[in-house]
Amino acid sequence: MWAYAGRRLLLAAPTLLGASIIVFAMVHLAPGDPIAAVMPAESSQAEIEATKKAYGFDKPLPVQYLVWLGRVAQGDLGRSIATRRPVILDVRDALANSLVLALSSSLLAFLLGIALGLLAAFRQGRWLDKTASAIAVVGVSVPHYWAGIILIIVFSVQLSWLPAMGASQDGGVLDYLRHITLPTVALALIPLGVITRVVRSAALDVLNQEFVLALRAKGLAARRVFAHVVKNSAPQILTVLGLQFGFQLGGSVLVEAVFSWPGTGYLLNLAIFQRDMPVLQGVILVLATFFVLLNLAVDLLQTLVDPRIARH
Amino acid sequence: MAVTTALPGELEAPALAPMSYWRTVAWRLGRDPATLAAGGALVAIALAALLAPWLAPYDPDAGSIRARLAAVGSAGHLLGTDEQGRDMLSRLLWGGRMTLVAGLTPVLVAFLLGTALGVLAGYVGGLTSTLVMRTMDIFYAFPSVLLAIAISGALGPGLANTLISLSIVFVPRVVRVAESATVQVKSLEYIAAARASGAGVAAIVRHHLLANVLGPILVFSSTQVSLSIILAAGLSFLGLGVTPPAAEWGLMLNTLRQSIYVNAIVPALPGVAIFVTSMAFNLLSDGLRDAMEIRG
Repeated sequence: MWAYAGRRLLLAAPTLLGASIIVFAMVHLAPGDPIAAVMPAESSQAEIEATKKAYGFDKPLPVQYLVWLGRVAQGDLGRSIATRRPVILDVRDALANSLVLALSSSLLAFLLGIALGLLAAFRQGRWLDKTASAIAVVGVSVPHYWAGIILIIVFSVQLSWLPAMGASQDGGVLDYLRHITLPTVALALIPLGVITRVVRSAALDVLNQEFVLALRAKGLAARRVFAHVVKNSAPQILTVLGLQFGFQLGGSVLVEAVFSWPGTGYLLNLAIFQRDMPVLQGVILVLATFFVLLNLAVDLLQTLVDPRIARH
Repeated sequence: MAVTTALPGELEAPALAPMSYWRTVAWRLGRDPATLAAGGALVAIALAALLAPWLAPYDPDAGSIRARLAAVGSAGHLLGTDEQGRDMLSRLLWGGRMTLVAGLTPVLVAFLLGTALGVLAGYVGGLTSTLVMRTMDIFYAFPSVLLAIAISGALGPGLANTLISLSIVFVPRVVRVAESATVQVKSLEYIAAARASGAGVAAIVRHHLLANVLGPILVFSSTQVSLSIILAAGLSFLGLGVTPPAAEWGLMLNTLRQSIYVNAIVPALPGVAIFVTSMAFNLLSDGLRDAMEIRG
């Protein structure tokens, strides 16, 4: 177990390093000069050169990368070109909002998805199974940003029940819940579809194994058989839950744009249109780090649940 | 069963030849109503997009201030008009072309490039495999939506940049599937037999390996089309894809968003188009996977 954990950690390090290279390269792939875009049009060549120097853009790329990486390792993501605020502060605030949204939508999708998937597997071929499968297909096919707009049309415009955008201003719990409800539902659709499918097929796999037949043959109560099936399909379900949670965190850009939810996606969107590269880099790097660590945690958790995995 | 009369000395011909694999797959597909319906819908969508110049009643980019946001079913505009008074039916037909091209091309690129890289890594193994697979792992450090938006955001708007960023999302996925399929098939005995009987690498890969790994790779790639379409339209929705005034479903959804307080139905239409197309692709790939008896 510990040897496996060590090996997995060693594998995560080069992945993170590679991710940092990609994030760094993104800015230099971008057309146009990152400085020229934000300097006033009338600035002189000397002023542009001076700003370049101040940001370190005059050095060769590998040197720039190492300098940047060194700062990042100390938690310094640079300053926003647009607002001059340290990027780490912006990202921290946005990340908190995104985490809340990712947690609420994951919770909704996990609970519903697991319930639907298990019900479908135990009622294979019946109408409940067909309904669950239909929900699953719709969930993975629906463009969630459009679903968000539909939710706004129905619940904000037509019914005036819930606010269409933004996070709560007055800080009250009820107001906060009212604001987060629609983005949560919109963001939960895709993982709901994915989880229902995976849980159904994982449970069916176990149900079709001989030991389940044996359990039933010896007259075990359906409730106890159910417990066995859940326990045996848990590792597979855990993996997909972990992955989906990661996707929620990074995949909320579109939903955050629809609802103007002040999270990392909203910040990223803003950075893209202001061509604020330090913010863009910072958001992506932080999210990628989160995602890699989350995958690592899922892998390790899986070996705890099913020790056979570590031996492969 | 047909009665065969064998001449003396001749082997009796089999009464019923076993169906070939692909004929079996086609036979199964023909008996699956959901897949057939999805296939039919996709043919209709593709034809509508292809024939847009002839089917569209109006110029998709020509608007009229006086005819803004006409309701669905109004005279002369079957599906109403958008916020600039442009005919929605015409724009949806033309928009389908853009969305389909932007959604399908990256998966096609990923299928070709991913198969090549994955088979190379899987067959050659060793350092080549480590190099290819570790590089692909790096792209797995980003959630797919984030990667697509980040690359598109850095490159700037435009159809070409959408295709690049989406290809970068899908290539590593196909490489993983192709590599693991290749490693599995490579260790099978008939490959060793072919090698022992003197077949060259090119012949083994072409005749024995590809024939057996292309199926799973094709099925996997087909499952990615729906996501690719949703992401392609999503990039346009964020203003990172096709540039206005071109008609594209995601972009239409974006520009119509401000109008939901005036008309609730028309702004939702482009999303219906994305949804129906993506669902049809999902149902089709599900059917294909079942018919080809590939798990995953």
